[in-house]
Amino acid sequence: MAKLHVSTTINGEPQEFLCDAEQSMLDILRGPLGLTGSKEGCGTGDCGACTITVNGRIACSCLMLAAEAEGQQIGTIEGMAGEELHPLQQKFLEMAALQCGICTPGVLMAAKALLERNPDPSEHDVRFWLAGNLCRCTGYDKIVRAVMETAADMRGAAR
Amino acid sequence: MTDIQYVAPRTLDEAVAAFAATKGAGRILAGGTDLLVQMRNGVVTPSAIVDVKKIAEMIAIEETKEGGFKIGAAVPGATLRDHAKLRKAWPGVVEAANLIGSTQIQSRATAGGNLCNGSPAGDSVPAMIAAGAIVTIQGPKGRRELPVEKVPKSPGRLNLEPGEIVVSFTLPPRPKGSSDAYLRMIPRTEMDIAVVGCGVSLTLDNGTCTAARVGLGAIAPTVLLVEDAAKALIGSKLDDAALAKAAAACSAACRPIDDKRGTIVYRTKVAGVLLKRTTLIAAERAGGK
Repeated sequence: MAKLHVSTTINGEPQEFLCDAEQSMLDILRGPLGLTGSKEGCGTGDCGACTITVNGRIACSCLMLAAEAEGQQIGTIEGMAGEELHPLQQKFLEMAALQCGICTPGVLMAAKALLERNPDPSEHDVRFWLAGNLCRCTGYDKIVRAVMETAADMRGAAR
Repeated sequence: MTDIQYVAPRTLDEAVAAFAATKGAGRILAGGTDLLVQMRNGVVTPSAIVDVKKIAEMIAIEETKEGGFKIGAAVPGATLRDHAKLRKAWPGVVEAANLIGSTQIQSRATAGGNLCNGSPAGDSVPAMIAAGAIVTIQGPKGRRELPVEKVPKSPGRLNLEPGEIVVSFTLPPRPKGSSDAYLRMIPRTEMDIAVVGCGVSLTLDNGTCTAARVGLGAIAPTVLLVEDAAKALIGSKLDDAALAKAAAACSAACRPIDDKRGTIVYRTKVAGVLLKRTTLIAAERAGGK
């Protein structure tokens, strides 16, 4: 089989790549495209370390074929910071909401999508939204608190 | 380099032709949350993957002219949840689809995939059965319709002919005083597979149940329509006696297995308990209780 040619958009920039049919989006991101911020934890959609956005919705890039990216808008952790860190990234640093860091890119991608949909989430909302992002270090409390505080800061900044 | 083909046709005819040409060795790709895991584990090595997400009919939610809804089989749970009118008319169907996996999974996992994976524990299936969904199927011999409860055959197997694709689910119009609900029993709060799942759809007129359907999951080789439970509810005011009779009918319908998630005795008992709870939620939503 010849390789498949895929034209997509990653973090707002047009991007083309070649892939095999069964290669995952995560394989292509981390391999040929060199975007190693997305991590492979489980490879079966359970852990969320490979979370990306596809047309604005979060998805596990390990459960998406690279070929499916044709014509789609893909967002990865590499696109999160601008000139400065995203407020969530800054808050995670300040509040030490990470330890080993493997889950952090996925948690940040998911948390950002939550705050875009719901600027004022309850703790319950945050915990349910992030249920697909497993962290074996923090026990989640620091992550949840950092997301809640970021939301409060961003609401304040928006006023 | 591999021999697996990937195609993403824009029409159903092309998809059916491509799928039929694989003579059973191909797989349909909707959300991929089952298929990609099966491929990775080596359970399935398809000769071709037919991605159906570029087919307009399969990714649309439409209101039918009769006043119901037609849901494309490749519509993900998150899109169902964001559809305000669908959520209002069929809250049980929407909540069942959104119990499947995490937020990430809900962006991708579809009701069509959930049905076609053929698991007796699929969460959206009992709710679709309770809703009276009619499945539209297209294959090499044309188009046909099947009530959703007739689609599963046995664990992992479907009553579909070679080359046939599940296209959409059609939900009937909702009379006044109607609603639905879905509950499942799992040992934790989120992200697990149902020990028992129960969908109830009903219509109330002045507090009397005039129509009902009950779907039960994870208690038999396939998800079941439990007509005796519905009969026990219809004509009643959903009083304790009627609920007890319907619960007994659910327990009587159970033919479960013992496994690490639940024993036969436990599943049989919980089926009745869930019927009562689910019925009361549906009734409250319908404005009756």
